Amino acid sequence: MARHQGRGMASINYPIGMNLGGDPSQALVHANPDGKFTVALSAIDLGQGMKQVSRQIAAETLGVPIEDVYVDTADSDTGPHDMGSFASRGTHRVGNAVIVAAKEARGVLLEAAAEELEVNADDLVTDGKGNIHVRGAASKSITVKAASQAAQFKQGKTISGRGIFLIPLSNVNPETGEMSPVTAYAHACLVVDLEVCDETGDVKVNKLTSAYELGRALNPKMVEQQLVGGAWMGMSHALYETPEPYYPNPENGGRDYNEYLMPGPGDIAPHDIAVLERPAPDGPFGGKGPGEMCANPVLPAVANAIFNAVGVRIDTLPITPEKILRALRAQGGARPQARRA
Amino acid sequence: MARMPVQFRLNGTDRAVFVEPVETLLGTIRRGLGDFAPKFGCGQGTCGACTVLVDGEPRLGCLTLSVTCEGRSIETASGLADGPTLHPLQAAFMEHFAAQCGFCTPGMLMAAKALLDRNPDPTRVEVVEAIAGNICRCTGYEPIINAILAAAQQRGARRA
Amino acid sequence: MLEFRKDLFADERDDNLNVIGKGEQRQDMLGHVTGRTRFFDDHGFDGLLHLKVVRSPHHHARIRSIDVSAAERAPGVKRVIRAQDVPVNKNTLLSLIGFGKDDEPTLAVDKVRYKGEPIVAIIAASDAEAMAAVKLVRVSYDPLPTVFDVQEALKPGAVVVNETYPGNYFEYHDKYDHQKLRFGDVEAAFRTADHVLEERYQMSPIEHASTETNGTIAAPETNNRYVVHSCAQGLFFSLGTTAKILALESNRLHFIGGTVGGGFGGKVDSLTEPLAVLGAILTGQPVRYVLGREEEMQFGSPRGAERHVIKDGVMRDGRIVARQITSYFDAGAYTRLSSYGVVKCVAHMPGPYTIPNVRGDAYCVFTNRVPATAMRGFGVTGLDFSIEVQMDKLAHLVGIDPMEFRILNAYRDGDMKAHRRVAHNTALIECVQVAAQKVNWPLSETARRASSLSGGGGPRAAIPPTVTDESGRIGRPETRQAPPQLTPGAAPLPAYQPAPAVPVQQPAAPLPNYPSQPAAAAPLPAPTPPVQTPPPTPQHGAARFSSVFTRRR
Ligand code: FES
Ligand code: FES
Repeated sequence: MARHQGRGMASINYPIGMNLGGDPSQALVHANPDGKFTVALSAIDLGQGMKQVSRQIAAETLGVPIEDVYVDTADSDTGPHDMGSFASRGTHRVGNAVIVAAKEARGVLLEAAAEELEVNADDLVTDGKGNIHVRGAASKSITVKAASQAAQFKQGKTISGRGIFLIPLSNVNPETGEMSPVTAYAHACLVVDLEVCDETGDVKVNKLTSAYELGRALNPKMVEQQLVGGAWMGMSHALYETPEPYYPNPENGGRDYNEYLMPGPGDIAPHDIAVLERPAPDGPFGGKGPGEMCANPVLPAVANAIFNAVGVRIDTLPITPEKILRALRAQGGARPQARRA
Repeated sequence: MARMPVQFRLNGTDRAVFVEPVETLLGTIRRGLGDFAPKFGCGQGTCGACTVLVDGEPRLGCLTLSVTCEGRSIETASGLADGPTLHPLQAAFMEHFAAQCGFCTPGMLMAAKALLDRNPDPTRVEVVEAIAGNICRCTGYEPIINAILAAAQQRGARRA
Repeated sequence: MLEFRKDLFADERDDNLNVIGKGEQRQDMLGHVTGRTRFFDDHGFDGLLHLKVVRSPHHHARIRSIDVSAAERAPGVKRVIRAQDVPVNKNTLLSLIGFGKDDEPTLAVDKVRYKGEPIVAIIAASDAEAMAAVKLVRVSYDPLPTVFDVQEALKPGAVVVNETYPGNYFEYHDKYDHQKLRFGDVEAAFRTADHVLEERYQMSPIEHASTETNGTIAAPETNNRYVVHSCAQGLFFSLGTTAKILALESNRLHFIGGTVGGGFGGKVDSLTEPLAVLGAILTGQPVRYVLGREEEMQFGSPRGAERHVIKDGVMRDGRIVARQITSYFDAGAYTRLSSYGVVKCVAHMPGPYTIPNVRGDAYCVFTNRVPATAMRGFGVTGLDFSIEVQMDKLAHLVGIDPMEFRILNAYRDGDMKAHRRVAHNTALIECVQVAAQKVNWPLSETARRASSLSGGGGPRAAIPPTVTDESGRIGRPETRQAPPQLTPGAAPLPAYQPAPAVPVQQPAAPLPNYPSQPAAAAPLPAPTPPVQTPPPTPQHGAARFSSVFTRRR
């Protein structure tokens, strides 16, 4: 018996917010009299961080500190309409709607400040720390709080904004498939190092190394969450998971987490990631949305690394020890391919 | 079936409740006593989302009958913080971004607490073993392992 | 370990923003670590009732009779719900946006089409009582032949799974049995290629396995409304679906959600909302309908299986000159979102490479398995697996390093994509270069110098003269065309042959409590051929959202 080292790679792109358009998201933003903002949405946070991403986008657009913004989602009585969190549309669609709403609210805020400072609103800037001042004259300033109080109690203005983001629907040509399915693509290339035991068919993933291009990383910590968790899921899809182990035979599906296999905390491998940021022209601050695509390169990279290790091609997922052993037997044993680097 | 009275301590407070003989501790804590921190992820003992401490030992709330908890002390994630001060594990989970959807988190925290309470300076392998019964579908486990190791280190540093 | 390569594309970014680009703490993190985050099930209600469903033990069977009398008398049972209690029993998810025909009952009427299909719902005072009563419902079945393989299902004479689509395929544009992509002339290119490689790939179904299972708590609210604590991935999507099925005005539903214990696509289908709300309406009490883990794993919709057959023509120097992809999406017994995943898949062909001749044919196929739905990477994950393993094989075939091979064929800014849109904002080459660098994978000077920003466009921006054809036109079920068969060398898997189903011996009792029950034991009407379907009536005023969703062209 021997354990054979293998290295494989794959490169992919992924459509962001791909649903052919026609699916709007809305956002409402308003301030209380102290200049603290609430963003009302109907977006769903499945763990991907929708609330925090919207919050950062709103704070950046409003020009106020992050602590001064909270996101309230999803109550159909108070949150405006939104199609939902799927197809990597959340950051893109909701983010853009939040920008529109926050810009409108910021416009009123600056008008209120301008009236107090007796200057032109166009000359005002925010410092992101809770102050508004005249461009180039930091001393001529007013706090967001004072401007908001003036707006509410003196000027009779609501500091609020409405936003919607809609990409018009795209036709699909039935003959040629011509369509406008998407506005931005994320990209990745991933290398897997693993070893295959030719006696048991067992695969041990030793290391993942990747480069992901995600547009602007709106929150690097949350990007890391997605990439690490997503790559784990990719490894799981490649080597473990199936509700029908002998598909198309529908039987033998797992009934619990002991029967439905996924890698546990002892089966994970270090993941060394480089993030590239080529901002999407129409993404919120150039963001794309890494949530879905991060798992995809792992599946083929694992299959390619197994070929590199023992010379068998497994084209049916998941790549179980049984399939590897059968293929090794058919091939007459392991045939390691050229080592790479 | 006749309901039966049970008394136990939940996060430091004595509680008394009537339960069905077949009622699970998870059901009693959640729907009987209104502490929704422990989660139902499977009811089969395979996900760990329901992990609570019974007299300091990690137990699966979905497989523990409430009537067996008479007179015991039960801890859930709701009782982990000391008033407004977070437990070092909670602080470390935050710092390491060790939750995404957060559904596994209360169970993970209790499994980790049981580990650190009996082994203040665990190795990575010991951490992995301690949470091996807890499923997380979001994080890939790496940040959770790192958070637990960091919490142990921080507690060690405080003791030193 | 995570590093940022800020040196790349630096001139396309302003990195001096206040909040964007900062690793700020998540707004929800404190709630997560203190156990205070409230998911749908973390809401207390007095008098909470529990709903469980009776599921089909057969993959495909006619329902002869349903007897709920014993269940109704069982301890704790408050209400039994049958198909005829559901105001608009038949629905399809994307009907909200005008795409597809209503093809799935909330509760089965005269036939079950997959193992686990809900037939009757029981509402009881406790979970245990509801489950006990489920066992008392007597359903008698006539098992029917089944089909589980997508290519078998498309053959003439195959068992009809879902009578709404008698050819076992979703109908695109009201006239095709699949969605097509045509760009250039693959046949001509195959003839001039140095090598042609055809391979078949199979993506497994996948269970979403979120740690929180699907579920809903619905309760009567003030003002004649219902509050619904939902785990839906699309709040208004689920609200609209529930309103349609229950024939309620949408403003009588107050959905609360947004905090979900993992979704990955598994919580788009509104599996539990309509019945929970109906239960609350019928009992006047709060009703909780939560899938157990086994239920979720066996009968909650998974990512569907995908089969991709890829045929490539490649030159000795490594240029891919033609790619043909035939894809089969296993939708299971009902459409749900699979029809949509197919379109997404077609848009993704031929992957992130510039190939002058591309042909795609993607089928959404009905089989007797649990209906599939969306999952993380929907329509793309399985295709990416297939394409990238194929790329590895092609590189091997022509003796070129796989990274070099990717860079050589990578799409660049200005290139024409097969769906006839110009690529921009591309970065595949840079990703390959950075990954290679990180693992010290040697690249040639040419590959190291390549860039997404240059070398694209020009002749690569052209739309080649394209052969389109009429193949794939829908026929009547008896005359429909078989899809292209595999060429030798890519042998099809033997079709799965299930063991003959054993009829379940159960008393076919009359249904005293349901005099208005539509003849459950009546023979099924013969499948009708697809006649010209009239344009769908827009439902609930939801805007149509794409032309795949539009029958008028
Ligand atoms: S709910 Fe107890 S182990 Fe899953
Ligand atoms: S954070 Fe979602 S299951 Fe662990």
